[in-house]
Amino acid sequence: MAAGVATWLPFARAAAVGWLPLAKKTMPKPPVDKKSRSDEILIVNVSGLRFQTWKNTLDRYPDTLLGSSEKEFFYNEDTQEYFFDRDPEMFRHILNFYRTGKLHYPRQECIQAFDEELAFYGIVPDIIGDCCMEEYRDRKKENQERLAEDTEAEMATDVPLPPNSTPRERLWRAFENPHTSTMALVFYYVTGFFIAVSVIANVVETVPCRPPKGSVKDLPCGEKYSVAFFCMDTACVLIFTFEYLMRLFAAPSRCKFMRSVMSVIDVVAIMPYYIGLVMPENEDVSGAFVTLRVFRVFRIFKFSRHSQGLRILGYTLKSCASELGFLLFSLTMAIIIFATVMFYAEKGTKGTNFTSIPASFWYTIVTMTTLGYGDMVPNTIAGKIFGSICSLSGVLVIALPVPVIVSNFSRIYHQNQRADKMRAQQVRGRGASSALALFTHLSLICKCGFFSPQDHDSDSAALCLKNRSSFEHQHHHLLHCLEKTTNHEFTDELTYSEMCMTESVGYRTSRSTSLSSQQVVSSSCCPRRAKRRAIRLANSTVSVSRGSVQELDTLQVLKSSAVPQSRSSLNARTEDLKLNCEQRDYTAAIISIPTPPANTPDESLPPSPAVPGILRNSRSISSFTHETVKISSL
Amino acid sequence: MQSDGQRVDALPDGAPSGPQEGKWQKPRISRKSLMKCCLVKWIISNTAPQGPDSSDGELELSMVRHQPEGLEELQAQTQFTRKELQSLYRGFKNECPSGLVDEETFKTIYSQFFPQGDATTYAHFLFNAFDVDRNGSIRFEDFVIGLSVLLRGSVTEKLRWAFNLYDINKDGYITKEEMLAIMKSIYDMMGRYTSPSVKEDAPFEHVEKFFQKMDRNRDGVVTIEEFIETCQKDESIMSSMQLFENVI
Repeated sequence: MAAGVATWLPFARAAAVGWLPLAKKTMPKPPVDKKSRSDEILIVNVSGLRFQTWKNTLDRYPDTLLGSSEKEFFYNEDTQEYFFDRDPEMFRHILNFYRTGKLHYPRQECIQAFDEELAFYGIVPDIIGDCCMEEYRDRKKENQERLAEDTEAEMATDVPLPPNSTPRERLWRAFENPHTSTMALVFYYVTGFFIAVSVIANVVETVPCRPPKGSVKDLPCGEKYSVAFFCMDTACVLIFTFEYLMRLFAAPSRCKFMRSVMSVIDVVAIMPYYIGLVMPENEDVSGAFVTLRVFRVFRIFKFSRHSQGLRILGYTLKSCASELGFLLFSLTMAIIIFATVMFYAEKGTKGTNFTSIPASFWYTIVTMTTLGYGDMVPNTIAGKIFGSICSLSGVLVIALPVPVIVSNFSRIYHQNQRADKMRAQQVRGRGASSALALFTHLSLICKCGFFSPQDHDSDSAALCLKNRSSFEHQHHHLLHCLEKTTNHEFTDELTYSEMCMTESVGYRTSRSTSLSSQQVVSSSCCPRRAKRRAIRLANSTVSVSRGSVQELDTLQVLKSSAVPQSRSSLNARTEDLKLNCEQRDYTAAIISIPTPPANTPDESLPPSPAVPGILRNSRSISSFTHETVKISSL
Repeated sequence: MQSDGQRVDALPDGAPSGPQEGKWQKPRISRKSLMKCCLVKWIISNTAPQGPDSSDGELELSMVRHQPEGLEELQAQTQFTRKELQSLYRGFKNECPSGLVDEETFKTIYSQFFPQGDATTYAHFLFNAFDVDRNGSIRFEDFVIGLSVLLRGSVTEKLRWAFNLYDINKDGYITKEEMLAIMKSIYDMMGRYTSPSVKEDAPFEHVEKFFQKMDRNRDGVVTIEEFIETCQKDESIMSSMQLFENVI
């Protein structure tokens, strides 16, 4: 909207004529506009494609490359045009930003290329319009994830260990990447085998075997061959314990290892055995003991170390947690509603199965998931109607979140496939590709680092000076005129509240932020927290910092441009490349005037120099004209 | 419906299908009367594709377009040069592609310059001052003619413009109520956080001072002659009138 604001400012200033007959004080002098008023057409040649635009269009954003004097570096005198050796297709979007004030992200372009172009032309990506912001963010996140994965994949691949690694590190590597050494591979397969054996044993021991001689009833195999099963169980547990202790020993960070999911599964898998050993053969306790044996089935999860697909599934479920939560929640709601309805509908029937609302839960769940066991059926007409509505809505409620989960799974699975492919490729074309990837990755980091905050600080000084654009001068002048009309000054919330507090005391200790500094190198910058009307004056915002104005000593007037920078800021939104001129204590503009000791907030200030007030512009060197100078109170 | 259609066709054109005066005729189910039935209308209107009248008001303005008069006419009516007019129009058209500014947009634009206060009331008065033909929107001609008076006009013309701004109902007299409304709107633009803080009766006092100065014959209203005469005698006002000449 900076374009818009800039266009309408002359109009707003002209309309200030309406205040003139009402003004209580005389109006300040307008800022001198040094630039020539006539507009000219500039030619920008981007790799052969010539763009032409008005100079004013480019000047709308003075802190970008094209809006500032930085473009002079690219000026070609022979052809009288600005030549850029960049992508002409991308430049179209950049130029449209100047024209319309909105930056759009072209969907067919690569996100990294786009970012690089923006960085070159000095445009901050934050100003991408709402229409394209989501797409931009998504693509950027995806790209970053991909890069992170690639670097991780590179680092995790079979890069040979540093020569002087401890046995502990070697052991850990063997556990994490079984492909590194033959021993690790053997161990990997052995544990896998034992997991399978253990799980199968758990399953088989419940199968009924032929009863031993002399008995009629079928016996589960576990009881018939209890010794055999016990030995097998012991062997498996010994192996698992050994593996767990080895991993614990080898882990670089034991605490982190103990907290990880896989180690918890390991512990849960072997605990029941030891608890069973320890516990006495007590009738009461053995019931609990039997429950513990259930946990042995968790050994099957140990397979997830061996199977990537299982890991992907787990990761998908984790990433779709919100969708799953939504599914669960909506199902619960629906179940409660329908169970209640069915219960009351079937209440009258004799011998009904719907004995209570919780009992109806079972019916509702079975119906909504379209299982339909048939153990509970409604008999009344109302019950049947609601039952049918229940089954229809069940289909809908379940069908909605499922595609989201599926698409997530598909995305993660493909990413994994990609990672695998890259790994395979790297094993073949080792070195070159990874180095290249690393290099581009690092260069990207460098480029991003180029725009890191520390760069801003050093540059913002220069920017501060340059970007006191004429637009801002004129806007300040306009606000100044308003101040004069009403004979009040703008302050900010803080000073206002301070003032209210100290008003009774009689001291105006308020750092009145509506001080005007002398010239372009403004020393008075007051931070504005104008949250109410935060205008996006796009890249040309003025943030005025408060503060050091109060320490004013000597009056110096730069004759060059006696621009009264009145007050302050407009907008709260400071861009990165923008002016945080907090401590711009340019000593060029410091004023000293003996301040009278007691300052009373006086509305009808007589225009005399000794009156506490605000320092204004004076044209003469070190002399104060009566009506225009007031003194800052400290 | 075929039989009905035939029946309708069979009726002579001049024959009234509805009840005649003084004679109650049995209502016939003809296509015409069927169409008049409200229920049928409602069904048809709901199933038919939505027409342009169902779109909301905000789209209306974008469909209304306005092209300004030619460059020569505007040059004759205003004091701007050709280049200035071209530049002005380019900016205007860029902001308002439809060629018209309605009051809401105007208020939004004007409020941007006064972030601390509430500029909507004053913007309303300003809008009325620019919109000379009172049709609710400012065209480019209104815009540029107003600007011409403000920036290139003589002092008398500027004063006249200011008077027109203050005279809310455009009856040729500024009453105290009108002036108070204007003054309040100006003080509103200052916002809450001013130093010294704006007292409740500050606008009122200001209006009193203004009337004291301007109202020569103490009749409670300020006419255009009184206004111009007083302003011409006031040095500071006259000198400040040239302030904004180099805005464009």
